[in-house]
Amino acid sequence: MASAEGGAYSYSLTVFSPSGKLVQIEHALAAVSQGTTSLGIKASNGIVIATEKKSSSILIDDSMIEKVAVVCPNIGIVYSGMGPDFRVLIARARKSAQAYWKVYGEYPPTKVLTQEIATVMQEATQSGGVRPFGVSLLVAGWDVHRGPSLYQVDPSGSFWAWKASAIGKNMVNAKTFLEKRYNDDISLEDAIHTALLTLKEGFEGQMTEKTIEIGVVTVPAVEELQVEKHGGGTARPRPTFRKLSEEEVKDYLAL
Amino acid sequence: MSIMEYNGGSVIAMVGKDCVAIASDLRFGNQSLGIASNFQRMFPVTDRTYLGLAGLGTDVTTLRERFRYRVNMYTIKEERDIEPQTFAHLVSSTLYEHRFGPYFVEPVIAGLEKAPSGFKPFIAAADLIGCLNFAKDFVVAGTASSKLYGLAEGLWEPDLGPEDLFETISQTLLNGVDRDAFSGWGAVVHVITKDRVVTRTLKGRMD
Repeated sequence: MASAEGGAYSYSLTVFSPSGKLVQIEHALAAVSQGTTSLGIKASNGIVIATEKKSSSILIDDSMIEKVAVVCPNIGIVYSGMGPDFRVLIARARKSAQAYWKVYGEYPPTKVLTQEIATVMQEATQSGGVRPFGVSLLVAGWDVHRGPSLYQVDPSGSFWAWKASAIGKNMVNAKTFLEKRYNDDISLEDAIHTALLTLKEGFEGQMTEKTIEIGVVTVPAVEELQVEKHGGGTARPRPTFRKLSEEEVKDYLAL
Repeated sequence: MSIMEYNGGSVIAMVGKDCVAIASDLRFGNQSLGIASNFQRMFPVTDRTYLGLAGLGTDVTTLRERFRYRVNMYTIKEERDIEPQTFAHLVSSTLYEHRFGPYFVEPVIAGLEKAPSGFKPFIAAADLIGCLNFAKDFVVAGTASSKLYGLAEGLWEPDLGPEDLFETISQTLLNGVDRDAFSGWGAVVHVITKDRVVTRTLKGRMD
């Protein structure tokens, strides 16, 4: 372990190569590219994020796997890459959202939470004794000031907003597919349909309600917003992000 | 004597029709000795939100600077102005951070918050450890608070326009601080509407 001065672990394991690259981050991105495909599509009235739930064995109880995670009532995240790293980041994201709520009485806007997560991921590229996170994230959320927004965060800690994107194994084909099918006024229903078609393109094995996970961001009605605001801050915010149940996924797949 | 009465001073805020008003006196004293008649205890937070702080003078100044720092960081990070209700929660959590060694202030917040229909009037007050009070009509704070409560209860009515609200809040404040030894020595009123803030200095009894 680290001695008083830090010892061998006081320096970053991520160092520049002569060509100006951070090789560890490149390797982390390779780990992401080996992960199952995930995608997100921003519609005019919401966002859909989805991923494959690939189990390495039929003996695995896949009802317990959670690849699309809720962070706070208005934000959800899906990933490609290393599951354990995602789990840790989700725990940090949830804590960060609650800390924000404790100070401001409301949940963070998507952009602010994304920035916090990205900072955590960047710190793992410039701290002693740690490696970068082996995940890319797609953060989908709604806030009253910007509406629905979709962000991708990479192991380097850089993030940017997408209208539609895919990460993981099949991302190149998936993105090409999305580019062809995306338009700015796509509805949420169409977006879910398109997301399923895109996933199907590179899917290995049977695509059923048990082998995919879908999360949606919906835009609340105007009346809902007013009600929650003047509960004196004690009213529970209506969730705008939710995961689709297996029955709902089954219905969409049947279409 | 209580530390909250050491420097003196009072603040009041009222809700009108599509407007809010916040007003305070200008006295700063050392117990019975009046020292300054130009002590600012109200500050703009954004174009549409004002914060008034009654209580110990040094804490008024220090908190003004702390909130300016936190609100500036918020504005830069979120790329937008803070809403009054969010700011009220920020005030509350900041004060509670010092639950067992508090700032001796009673904050009053007044502003217009964004609503789908335009702008909605918002006022709030807190105690020295951050308990928020979201009143719908008026809030009072300071050494003359008990007098201000009585006057406001009598004079306030709903849906006053900016000019009428100015008259009402001015009379409430003036007559309230005139009955309090530790408040007075001049008064300032800000009336906030969606387009602008009108600031007026009142002529009051200088005793």
